[in-house]
Amino acid sequence: MQSRSNTSDRKLHWARALLMRDIRLAIRVGGGTLIGVLFFTTVITIVPFGLGPDMKLLSVIAPGILWIGALLACLLGLDRLLQSDHDDGSLELMLMSGRPLELIILIKCLAHWLTTGLPLILATPILALFLNLDAAQLGAVLLSLLVGTPALTLIGMTGAAITVHLRRGGLLLAVLVLPLTIPILIFGVATVGAASDPLVPALTPFLALCGLSLLSLAIAPVAAAFSLRVLQH
Amino acid sequence: MVRLNAHNLAIRRNGRDIVSSVSFQLSGGTALIITGPNGAGKSTLLRAMAGLLPFAGGTIELIRNTTDDQQADDRPLFEHCHYVGHASGVKPSLSVEENLALWHDLMDPVDWPSDTSSGMPQHNHSTMDVETVLDHIGLSHIADFPASYLSEGQTQRLSLARLLVTQRPIWLLDEPTAALDQASTKLVTDLMNTHLAKGGMILVATHIDLELSNRTALSLGAIGEPS
Repeated sequence: MQSRSNTSDRKLHWARALLMRDIRLAIRVGGGTLIGVLFFTTVITIVPFGLGPDMKLLSVIAPGILWIGALLACLLGLDRLLQSDHDDGSLELMLMSGRPLELIILIKCLAHWLTTGLPLILATPILALFLNLDAAQLGAVLLSLLVGTPALTLIGMTGAAITVHLRRGGLLLAVLVLPLTIPILIFGVATVGAASDPLVPALTPFLALCGLSLLSLAIAPVAAAFSLRVLQH
Repeated sequence: MVRLNAHNLAIRRNGRDIVSSVSFQLSGGTALIITGPNGAGKSTLLRAMAGLLPFAGGTIELIRNTTDDQQADDRPLFEHCHYVGHASGVKPSLSVEENLALWHDLMDPVDWPSDTSSGMPQHNHSTMDVETVLDHIGLSHIADFPASYLSEGQTQRLSLARLLVTQRPIWLLDEPTAALDQASTKLVTDLMNTHLAKGGMILVATHIDLELSNRTALSLGAIGEPS
């Protein structure tokens, strides 16, 4: 009886352990957290060089450039979601673990977002300087990225679960996921546009973006768990 | 006492029968040694039992003669199993201890009644902590090392250590001694015998003669060959 009450005390102990393990894996050497931020920084930094020093033009296209950069940086990290766990057999053990697979997937998404999406958001204020973004727009970009990037991870997880059993599925994963992320991109950029345009109701695109994120939060873990269970055979 | 009854199992992959009409009965405290030539379906059978492949036919059921643990009875078979196959599940960038600690926390333990001779079934298979297991398996002196520094044999010992950090009644072992030296093989054999003594079950595919206390044999023919 003692051991049973002990286990119920620590019912979600395993969730914390899995989260910490995934974060550790991501931030250690070879984990790839830096790659996403570096890619993001590189893309944003070269845009002013490519377009010339037209400050007005830069500030007009800045939200779109930041969002596209963030989207591509997120795509770059998607194959880390499940691939290495699949290759070394850890994924099989997770399927056998007796824990809800949907929850395992959600935790892996959280760890991935903390080490991929969050660093992008933290880097954005500095990069905004390069693109002549004013404070109000910067605030809107940060807010839209904060709401939108978790959805990118969640949608990416669904794609990763479908392609994990394919050898060299990385490119297919990107092709599969990219179209599904377009609504996020549209409403993400529109949120920033609405913030600076008095004619557009400021909250509408942002609420649509929130809705899309919540929708992917509801669907993605179930869809990913389903495809992992079915496709493992 | 737990018992495992398998009747007429078949596993099909790509339209070919890899395993067909395999039947066996196994009671707690017994090991099933699965032998057969390469391609006979030893690994396939173990993977199917681990829930990683579907059975195309036959029945397999786990009988637990307990009344007090309904929750455990409702679990699928694979949640009563530990599986150690060719993939080690070891992350090179985590330390030895961190590797093992994850499985200690993540795998949901399943208890089983061990003893029928004393009349009262006993549930005393408390999960060992990570340090004790590392000590047991001879890796405690390198617990802080990244697992990438481990040799092949040490990696295999680390992945076998998973069997001890979470208690589950059925061990599915696919060539558990493949990369091990004689001393480690002895160590693993001892661990297996301890598990049998506690009333657990082991299904092991192996090419070498493991000195297990209580065992039966299952020989798979090369039925995957076209006839």
